Amino acid sequence: MPINYYIFLSVALFCIGVAGVLTRRNAIIIFMCIELMLNAVNLLLVAFSKMHYHALSATTPNAGIDGQLFVFFIMVVAAAEVSVGLAIIVMMYRNTHSIDVNFLNRLKH
Amino acid sequence: MTQLVWLVPALPLAGFLLNGLFRNQLSKSLTGMIGSGVVLGAFVVSLLIFGEVRHEGFQPAVVKLFDFITVGKLSIPFAFQVDQLSVLFLLIITGVGFLIHLYSTAYMHDENGPQFARYFSYLNLFVFSMLLLVLGANFIILFIGWEGVGLCSYLLIGYWFQNIDYGNAAKKAFIMNRIGDLGFLIAIFFMISKFGSVSFDEVFGKASTVSTGVMTAITLLLFLGATGKSAQIPLYTWLPDAMAGPTPVSALIHAATMVTAGIYMIARSHVLFDLAPVTQTVVAVIGLATALLAASIALKQNDIKKVLAYSTVSQLGYMFLGLGVGAYTGAVFHVMTHAFFKALLFLGAGSVIHAMGGEQDIRKMGGLRKALPATSITFLLGCIAIAGIPPFSGFFSKDEILSAAYIKNPIYYVVGVFTALLTAFYMFRLYATTFMGGFRGTPEQQHHLHESPAAMTIPLWVLAILAVVGGFLGIPAVIAPNAHWLAKFLGPVVGNETGPETELAYGAAWELIGVSVLMALIGTFWAVGRFSKKPELGEPAGFGKVLANKWYVDEFYHAVIVRPLDLLAQFLVFFDKNIVDGIVNGVGRLVQYGSRQLRLLQSGQVGGYVLLMVLGILILFLVELFTGGHGVSAAAGAVPKMATPH
Repeated sequence: MPINYYIFLSVALFCIGVAGVLTRRNAIIIFMCIELMLNAVNLLLVAFSKMHYHALSATTPNAGIDGQLFVFFIMVVAAAEVSVGLAIIVMMYRNTHSIDVNFLNRLKH
Repeated sequence: MTQLVWLVPALPLAGFLLNGLFRNQLSKSLTGMIGSGVVLGAFVVSLLIFGEVRHEGFQPAVVKLFDFITVGKLSIPFAFQVDQLSVLFLLIITGVGFLIHLYSTAYMHDENGPQFARYFSYLNLFVFSMLLLVLGANFIILFIGWEGVGLCSYLLIGYWFQNIDYGNAAKKAFIMNRIGDLGFLIAIFFMISKFGSVSFDEVFGKASTVSTGVMTAITLLLFLGATGKSAQIPLYTWLPDAMAGPTPVSALIHAATMVTAGIYMIARSHVLFDLAPVTQTVVAVIGLATALLAASIALKQNDIKKVLAYSTVSQLGYMFLGLGVGAYTGAVFHVMTHAFFKALLFLGAGSVIHAMGGEQDIRKMGGLRKALPATSITFLLGCIAIAGIPPFSGFFSKDEILSAAYIKNPIYYVVGVFTALLTAFYMFRLYATTFMGGFRGTPEQQHHLHESPAAMTIPLWVLAILAVVGGFLGIPAVIAPNAHWLAKFLGPVVGNETGPETELAYGAAWELIGVSVLMALIGTFWAVGRFSKKPELGEPAGFGKVLANKWYVDEFYHAVIVRPLDLLAQFLVFFDKNIVDGIVNGVGRLVQYGSRQLRLLQSGQVGGYVLLMVLGILILFLVELFTGGHGVSAAAGAVPKMATPH
């Protein structure tokens, strides 16, 4: 399958993620959109890694392995982020009885 | 002994430091003893050096203490010049200085301890600076002393600084001196650029190598410095105002020593002036004009110190006349005799003021002869000396200058003799009004009248003796051939100018003496006859009013120089307040306004922030896209274009 398809899919997912973050007010949905963006990037990394492997495996051992590695790093970071982020959302709900991010405009003070 | 010459200025410096630093601890008598003692010590050392210099065949010595400034090829050592001229000035400064210090211990007795010590420390600092001035072996050391005496003059005129007028007088003196000092400084720079040196030996040695034009410029600038320090037209108006200082200060600084610095400087650099005839003419004419102008003003002054101040200006004019016509010995001779009799007159005036309880207006005095016998006799001797009646000292020195002036140009002589007539007239007007007739003050003042203590009368007597006999150091050749000791003494330094008497015919010389003596006697008897019984008490009218108001020179300066400068300053204040400050405040206001508007962006809405972030990233992407990768990343220079795959 040509690499272009992967790229288009990934860009589409990323844009959906961005649009979601920008438009939605529900903290959990925003959170999911962020995850979407991260995974769009992961998808792209895996795709490119695979491409490099096919192109260079004859001459270079382990070609494209770094892209795969990167994906695991991102997954780990994302997992950590989820734990912190969900904790924040839980605390926010306890304090305000809402998970609407527009409710949290005290950053300006 | 000449190697120990550094002791002479070092002693007063030590006195200055002691009195200045420990003014709160030292008792008044100790302060007075330190203050006078160090000057006496300096006088003794000067005498010892004089004993060595006096011998025939003494070679002028330059005593180098250390390297002062060394820049590139220019090297300025801190060196002292020991020769006949500087030693003569050393004796005058320390000798008269000591007498005045002694006098001050009694005169300033009403001051409290720290103030008294402040006074003596300033006075010691002054003596130190003045000694530096006459001892310096190059123009820079001379200039340091020159500035030092100016500073001390300022400090001492403003000694009673609580009085705003006195403070203003001090500022006036300082600023007018500053104008002259600028000329002097430029002259020094000029010399450095032309000769590559400022030491007397080298500059005078190379003097004939430059053109007359350059020499005229240098000497005119030096003379500008001298007009400031020595109170000549156009910078003389500070000296009469300088009488705000304590009277011994007027005697020491504004009569005997500091104001003669200009004469010393020109006599010292006479080699340069000899090469610039134009400057010599300027010096002579300015000196003569100052002598006449100041003498005319002195005719109508009623403040005892003001009369003496204008008299000083006038006598300084005489000295410059002498310098201008090449009679350097005569000018220095007059410096010496003037130091004696003018210090005497000022100290006498101080004694009178002391007795009158601070009163300085001679219209309120009169008949003080009975109450102040010592003061009145010494004052009379001083008056006779300054009037130029033989055989008192003023006669000899003034006659020498006038004879030299006659040879140069008879017009100088005529004006000079007329000024001598005025001098005799105003001095005896002062004497007659103050000491003769009946007392015109209040009864309390009359009750308070007393002769001053010994510490004040002893200096008076010593100076009176010097004022009487001082002239015998320079007896003109026409009276006794080869008896002019001073000319022989100073010859090696100021050059053996062909004495005026040798050029004048024997008869003509006697005629000149006769005329000047006659003029002095006319002035004397006219003034005594007119003022001893009926002193002029009313306000002067007509021309007398012009004289009493000093020819309105102060008003003229005020209108022509001070007012425009004030207006300029006001304009600059306006400019500063409105335009400069306006720009500065405008920038501040712009930033404040801009930030108030920008603050609206910080809404606190997380979504808004994210939107802006995304927009920013989008813009970066677009820029990258349209510049083909040469935009942001190329400018940042950090991101490689594309890693080549393995």
